[in-house]
Amino acid sequence: MDGIRLITFAGPPSSGKTSVILKMIESVPGLKEHCGVIKFDCISSLDEERYASVGITAQTGIAGNLCPDHYFVSNIEACLDWARSNQLTTLIAESAGLCNRCAPHLKEMMAICVLDNLSGINTPQKTGPMLKLADVVIVTKSDLVSQAEREVFRFKIQQVNPKATVLFINGITGQGADKLARMIGLAQSVANAETLKLRFSMPAALCSYCLGETRVGEDFQVGLNRKIKLS
Amino acid sequence: MIATENIIQQPLSELVKDCPPVLDFLSAYRLEVANESFAALAASLSAEFWNEFETNADELAGQFVDFVEGMQDAASVQQIHSLEVIGGQNKLGEPEACNLLIKPGEITCIVGPTGSGKSRLLADIEWLADFDTPTKRRVLLNGELPDENLKSSFGGKLIAQITQNMNFVLDMDVQSFLLLHAQSRFLANADEKVAEVIDLANQLSGETFDPTTPVTFLSGGQSRALMIADVACIGQAPIVLIDEIENAGVDKRKALEVLVSQEKIVLMATHDPLLILQADRRVVIKNGGMHKIIQTNEHEKAYYDELFEIDRKMQQARNFFRLGNEYHGAF
Repeated sequence: MDGIRLITFAGPPSSGKTSVILKMIESVPGLKEHCGVIKFDCISSLDEERYASVGITAQTGIAGNLCPDHYFVSNIEACLDWARSNQLTTLIAESAGLCNRCAPHLKEMMAICVLDNLSGINTPQKTGPMLKLADVVIVTKSDLVSQAEREVFRFKIQQVNPKATVLFINGITGQGADKLARMIGLAQSVANAETLKLRFSMPAALCSYCLGETRVGEDFQVGLNRKIKLS
Repeated sequence: MIATENIIQQPLSELVKDCPPVLDFLSAYRLEVANESFAALAASLSAEFWNEFETNADELAGQFVDFVEGMQDAASVQQIHSLEVIGGQNKLGEPEACNLLIKPGEITCIVGPTGSGKSRLLADIEWLADFDTPTKRRVLLNGELPDENLKSSFGGKLIAQITQNMNFVLDMDVQSFLLLHAQSRFLANADEKVAEVIDLANQLSGETFDPTTPVTFLSGGQSRALMIADVACIGQAPIVLIDEIENAGVDKRKALEVLVSQEKIVLMATHDPLLILQADRRVVIKNGGMHKIIQTNEHEKAYYDELFEIDRKMQQARNFFRLGNEYHGAF
């Protein structure tokens, strides 16, 4: 079986993931024909249309009332099959709106995190494993802030993930997107989804609320809970 | 540079002196700095700790070493003695007419109409192009093609940019913000540097501001002045790219002098004749290619003085009328 480059793209909502992916694919002539995108989202997504409008093969998966991370991991194998049947050699799994507790990143597969330079100086520290375990961190909208803020933001990212390559990409003009395309071109591929492993375990969330409980009181809480420490 | 094995064996109290962000790493795990080493500290932690943070001793030690090494990389700055762009081809596929050689302390202007390829030239420099961009240019640092090690050690820290549509967005005052920037560079005399930057920015903008002013409250001119002063004194990038600062209410001549005095390599895309003639040379971009390099000649330097006088008069008049004065034949 032929291998497929599976790239996980994660980042907070509206950080510019879709724009970066679009510019990245468009920066390489002919990449469109071999590269598909699956957008994972929680509630709704219009991004499939954005991809389709420029001729990129794309699909959407909506997690609905399921945990989006569990939804992602239990569907990625089917997505690889889909990519194979569409003769794609690169599959980008884009996921937004995760709760910051988890990361969709898979071992051996290139993992990318997108952050917005406008989002505040403490964003890197709040972002969790999707940043910490990424191979490449992309910073968007940095053309709007000062050099000093860019440097401090980069430093804050390096504090959380010292090994990652940090790239500044302009999602509107596409400046810097060709660098990302080159890095993705060197990424490893996978032939068989069964060999894939998550970089970070999914949450230990087995409580009554996972099963649809809506009442708040202690009496209704069954299973694994953690109590806040207030002083 | 601290050797890898020493990072986890050295007493943390000493390591913190060399690398203050170690404090942040430890506090994220609610650990305190002690006279013992990281290895000893990790060995003393309870099972509850490892459970809570979902990690183990080996993993945490690995992260700690990565962190300290990463912080040291972040602080390191390579010295550049020369930067050379070897011409490739223009948008029509024709070979470029010239190469561009720039040294620290020199100002080079990039001239050419909008869309002519000025940004591409800057992008090629930032990417350290090696025949692998549409222009087929190559960029040499210190006379050589940089190897992968050198490329990664620069990792985007090569070029600082200042453009007209950049703004400060952080909710912090000038002093705290500059201090944060200085600390991220591990500058030993951070407080002095911050005071120096504020003083310099005030000289450049003409309209003084307070260290306690929030950065988002600064006027366009004050922001630009602060950005330039910061890039000159705190910023790590040896190459500074300036895009269109002409109308910002900044003492342009002085701003360039400041950057040059810090041995920066200054590249400036501009249409302002004053700035063009203050530069040592200008590269003309045409059809996406370097078309010609013009050294500023003696006639131009003399003409610069003439233009400077006109500009001085304009500024004098601007200030005169702005302050509510009336003109009756003399200022």
